Amino acid sequence: MGFVFYLISAFAVGGALAAVLLKNLVHAALALTIAFFGLALLFLRLDAQFAGFAQILVYVGAVAILVVFAILLTRGSEIPKEGVFSKGWIAGLAISAAVFAVLAWAVLQAAPWLPNEAATPALTVNDIGNALMSRYVLPLEIIAVLLTAALLGAVIVAMHEKEKTNQ
Amino acid sequence: MIERLDQIFVLLKHWLVGYLPASWQIPVGVVISVACIVGLYPALFAITTVLERKGVGRIQNRLGPNRVGPYGILQPMADGIKSLTKEDIVPTSADAVVHFLAPIILVVTVFMGFAVLPMGRNMVLVDMDAGLLFYFAMGASTELSVFMAGWSSRNKYSLLGAMRGVAQMISYEVALLLSSVVIVMMAGSLSLVKIVEAQNHYTWGLPHWYIFTPWGFAGFLMYAIAGTAETNRSPFDLPEGESELVAGYHTEYSGFKFALFFLGEYVAMFSISGLGSTLFLGGWMAPLAVLQFVPSWIWFFGKLFVSVDVVIWMRGTLPRLRQDQLMNFAWKFVLPMCLLNLFVAGLWRFMGDGWLRWAVCSVILILAYVSIGREGMRRKHFGPRSYRYAE
Amino acid sequence: MIVTPLAAYLIVAALIFAIGLAGALVRRNAILVLIGIELMLNAANLNLIAFWRYGPHPELLTGMMFAIFSIAVAAAEAAVGLGLVISIYRHAKTTDLELMNRMKG
Repeated sequence: MGFVFYLISAFAVGGALAAVLLKNLVHAALALTIAFFGLALLFLRLDAQFAGFAQILVYVGAVAILVVFAILLTRGSEIPKEGVFSKGWIAGLAISAAVFAVLAWAVLQAAPWLPNEAATPALTVNDIGNALMSRYVLPLEIIAVLLTAALLGAVIVAMHEKEKTNQ
Repeated sequence: MIERLDQIFVLLKHWLVGYLPASWQIPVGVVISVACIVGLYPALFAITTVLERKGVGRIQNRLGPNRVGPYGILQPMADGIKSLTKEDIVPTSADAVVHFLAPIILVVTVFMGFAVLPMGRNMVLVDMDAGLLFYFAMGASTELSVFMAGWSSRNKYSLLGAMRGVAQMISYEVALLLSSVVIVMMAGSLSLVKIVEAQNHYTWGLPHWYIFTPWGFAGFLMYAIAGTAETNRSPFDLPEGESELVAGYHTEYSGFKFALFFLGEYVAMFSISGLGSTLFLGGWMAPLAVLQFVPSWIWFFGKLFVSVDVVIWMRGTLPRLRQDQLMNFAWKFVLPMCLLNLFVAGLWRFMGDGWLRWAVCSVILILAYVSIGREGMRRKHFGPRSYRYAE
Repeated sequence: MIVTPLAAYLIVAALIFAIGLAGALVRRNAILVLIGIELMLNAANLNLIAFWRYGPHPELLTGMMFAIFSIAVAAAEAAVGLGLVISIYRHAKTTDLELMNRMKG
């Protein structure tokens, strides 16, 4: 595993750590963006160009900005007085450490039997388009309906209610 | 001879790189190309600042800068010296790290877009299979730097400018993407090199540029509007309007950081103009078949120059749009027209050659433009005025 | 213990998943819980793409399609979730989850 892989992984993992540990919310959101970039670079290393660029376009270009807007609209840019970690933080930490231990153990146990030599898939975006229109057309249409429903739902949920007691 | 003139930069690079051992050739070749791009576009930026100030000045019936050199052409030197020697003031309550990173991220992401633009025959830095997607991914990252600049300054005007800027950029980015998707659909590939190749035919001496088709023309108009809005140029420059918001999201920046923002905005303008000419105007193709002896890179930079001139002309001529007018325009006019354009392009493809498809597609688009434009954008009748106070 | 390429990607994905889970469980602010959820979804995507790349039939594009649809669903879910957070803030005037531990509004 080359040096580049460790560098990119350090970015991704470091960004993720900063995103959950920083006290300043906007800094946390920007660290999340670094984590997304790192993950997109990992996708590119795995020869998944479409997924990598789609990750940057959707996550960095839309979800990160959404998170930042929400932080600003809920006045999250001030550091709260009571601290940022909940009372049961030890339990949460223990649970996530246990989850990581189980997953890592499973991966390392199975490591000798996992496939590791695979030729670079010679795929063009043309093939992805063909697949989307032939084999995966039903999920595509369902995603379209889902996104429309999410759009309408988000707008209705977050909309200002008209003042009922108007005088 | 004509071939060599056309490929002169490629041949130069190969000759330079040929002096090195084989394993060093590719990395050094890439470094040379990157250095050329990073050196060329800021030089064009310097020329464009003078062009813009004199052009806008002439439109406004005054001379532009005319002191520094003959007719003011050395003004960029003076601007450069000024921005390098001005004191770099960072407000005490500003977020130092984010304040520092914002212009850097802007400049980096804007320059990344040039990696996939074909600037001449065989003159593209990376011929990526998903080149257009890469370009838009880098464009999406630009919005983040705008927000970072506005938020880190701890200034209400900056934050307001940044919010408006980000909202505007997100809205028009959808329109930009949709108007490019029509081209991808008809060319059959996301690679910009292949899109230019798909336009590289001539009929009776006239080129097969996509702008010469009904859906291409409508797409080009939508792309031009969305591109101008993406780079915050007038008439969409409310986020940085001087008379509205002090200087918007780059109020608190001085000296070289402000120059970086300025550079980023102009280079983004070049980048979007370059992409527009690649998608719609045939990239490095000559406009007439007889003119193909002129090198391809001259045509690319010529089209870039013409696009930049039109943008400067729009700046001097059109009034600024208000934020709500801008957003209305994006979601209620540009987006429906882009979606209809997709449909019309599909119709064009399946109707087969002949005059009928020209007529049908043009009629559909003109009807849609008139109906959506007139009816959809008509101002609502306002009732009696109601007041809402800030709680 | 030799760490093979696929195993390395899976461990990185597991690490990011655990960090996201910790973030969702440990922080008080509702928005950070959503950030943790986004990190978990991203880690799962990384897993999918890694298995797609090193699996037996990458030309079927199953893993990549799954990952792309997962990105779309995650974006939709982030939008709705943040809309909910804004709506709750408007009602309770806070996003602190420790203060919202009752059903009484």
